[in-house]
Amino acid sequence: MQSKLGLDFKRVEYARSLASSIASDVQGFADNYTTVAVERTICRLMGIDGVDENGIPLPNVVVDKLKRDGVLSDGALFFIANAMAQTSLLPQEIAEKTASGELDITKLAVADRETILATINPIVNNSIERIIQKRSRREEYIAKLGEGSKPYLYVIVATGNIYEDVVQAEAAARQGADIIAVIRTTGQSLLDYVPYGATTEGFGGTFATQENFRIMRSALDKVGEEQGRYIRLCNYCSGLCMPEIAVMGAFEGLDVMLNDALYGILFRDINMQRTLVDQFFSRVINGFAGVIINTGEDNYLTTADAYEEAHTVLASDFINEQLALLAGIPEEQMGLGHAFEMDPELENGFLYELAQAQMTREIFPKAPLKYMPPTKFMTGNIFRGHIQDALFNIAGIWTNQGIQLLGMPTEAIHTPFMSDRYLSIENARYIFSTMKNLGEEVEFKENGIIRNRAKNVLENAIATLERINKEGLFSALELGLFGDVKRPKNGGKGLDGVTAKGDNYINPFITKMKGDK
Amino acid sequence: MQSKDFDKTLDLNKVTPYGDTMNDGKVQLSFTLPVPAGAEATEAAKLLLKKMGLDNPQVVYFKELTPGYTFFNCYGNCTHSVDFSSIYVPKVESDVMDMHETDAYIKENIGRPLVVIGASTGTDAHTVGIDAIINMKGYAGHYGLERYEMVDAYNLGSQVLNEDFIAKALELKADALLVSQTVTQKDVHIKNLVELVELMEAEGLRDKVILVCGGPRITHELAKELGYDAGFGMNSYADDVASYIAQEFVRRNNSK
Repeated sequence: MQSKLGLDFKRVEYARSLASSIASDVQGFADNYTTVAVERTICRLMGIDGVDENGIPLPNVVVDKLKRDGVLSDGALFFIANAMAQTSLLPQEIAEKTASGELDITKLAVADRETILATINPIVNNSIERIIQKRSRREEYIAKLGEGSKPYLYVIVATGNIYEDVVQAEAAARQGADIIAVIRTTGQSLLDYVPYGATTEGFGGTFATQENFRIMRSALDKVGEEQGRYIRLCNYCSGLCMPEIAVMGAFEGLDVMLNDALYGILFRDINMQRTLVDQFFSRVINGFAGVIINTGEDNYLTTADAYEEAHTVLASDFINEQLALLAGIPEEQMGLGHAFEMDPELENGFLYELAQAQMTREIFPKAPLKYMPPTKFMTGNIFRGHIQDALFNIAGIWTNQGIQLLGMPTEAIHTPFMSDRYLSIENARYIFSTMKNLGEEVEFKENGIIRNRAKNVLENAIATLERINKEGLFSALELGLFGDVKRPKNGGKGLDGVTAKGDNYINPFITKMKGDK
Repeated sequence: MQSKDFDKTLDLNKVTPYGDTMNDGKVQLSFTLPVPAGAEATEAAKLLLKKMGLDNPQVVYFKELTPGYTFFNCYGNCTHSVDFSSIYVPKVESDVMDMHETDAYIKENIGRPLVVIGASTGTDAHTVGIDAIINMKGYAGHYGLERYEMVDAYNLGSQVLNEDFIAKALELKADALLVSQTVTQKDVHIKNLVELVELMEAEGLRDKVILVCGGPRITHELAKELGYDAGFGMNSYADDVASYIAQEFVRRNNSK
């Protein structure tokens, strides 16, 4: 591709090689550990679902028991498969009997490894097949109905009540939205379990549950058929239940998932060891399920300055790309994040934004980049806010972004009203149509503001990557290199759910998912 | 209503909105009615405007957002007025000083840096408010407390439990606590703010520190009602908070 910015792609490749080295270092760590969330995910992949009489999800019942007995390091699959071999019960029955206390899975005689693997193999294949079917279903739907053109219009619904969310989502789809994200209720990222069933109460969002996924997916299928356009569904596998939510999404046909450990570490104070281990498995699942992941770099610019710290976004995109590749996610499913967050008072601010958006586009040519709207400098002046969003939309269509998270004029006031979404979609559709091919007509002046900005950001990102490569990602996070936020390696939430893998540990899903594509 | 029909003199005892002529009462508003678009929907919108006290109701734009929901942009002339001269709003009573003046004030009157800790507490994940007040860079050209020479500021970030917040206050011997609340759906912020006051009272801490809350939906009046010393709403910056804390600290020490 001819760069419109005169980017030096040798420097881009160098940056990539640094990120690759950083990512393999992290992977070397993640490979040796498991977590309570990973083990609960494996329980779900073995068909364990539902809650006990106290409302505790059965995957938690099983994994908490293993943790209590000090044998989590051998993994849930080993104990469940062994119990199957010894009792001829199904995983769900084993979980139910564990909940009632009728069965103690850690006290059974241990079958040999061959028997265990042979016993569990049909169950493993069954789950893999279930995910393949959902993936094919999406592909068939898109082939049949078609889809919106890029940038996809992405809007959120956040009423707290899944049934009300459906009303809002249908309205948005009819107005032209391509992706509906159901924002999670405040605080769900810090729950070390996934709630069960349909929910109608939430603060600033709606609980992510498998049943809620099913309800919304089915509503979007209907409105998609009506509109003759496949409507994608987005949720959040970040926080303490990353892989669990990934597998629920894979089972229910979700299309897009926020999926970023760095975001959880920096903005939710989740322990970095925990979440990087969780992230790997969640990304393996998302990759296999054909789900587009979204990363959260845009958030760095809500705490750090968007002009000064733009290079940290790029550096993090490079790292996230490499971590995603290691988990088997193809570039076409990498919704790497960046944002339009500069102070509107900054002279030539739009030129810098344009430079960065074009630079990100050229550096990650196949990725459906996730472009975030202004939030930090949205003031409650809805009229100016609508203009800020219009400028953001111009940058989005000009530089051919993948996923345009539509800004709302009422950002900083309330979660969107039906009419806010309408105004934002109208804004984007107008600009995306009237400026559709602008990007193909324009390249940027040699030595001009835009080219120089892109070059500087890339060089600063390389300097950051060099430093992280020397320090290691864990130390870099301790030093506060991203978003001006510092996090200790042994601090934050969820560390007690991490354990080194033991001798009996088995997770056949990773090989199946990474290999069978 | 024609402009000649009303008195164009400004009367602060009877203030009404201003469009382009004194006392024209012009108001613009937009809303959605859960009914299909059509003549009946437009009539419904106008009737509603009348009930809101708006004369000459005009629907200038409507659009059915999805079957059964119609969005309206409207104008009308407000028939109500308020007596501006009799309004009393409780405000934080301190002089606003800039960073250098506050630093100098603390040096002269207190002689040591004030320890201030801040957090977005409870389940609230938004740091934008507390960052704007505390972080070095501040917001909109107002430096944050970290930049103050005479303030030792600690930003604990978001989703800090009230218990942990108090523990940190004790550990750092904080002089002032800043609580930021952004999410206000279903009044979750009220519950959380009240809980902090109750916990501090239970610990016998409440009177030993200056307790301040802030956020886009916080007012000084609400803050006082909930048991806080002061509340800062929209358009408040580190200057407002720092000068209040410094002056309040001095006031308390003088009255001992």
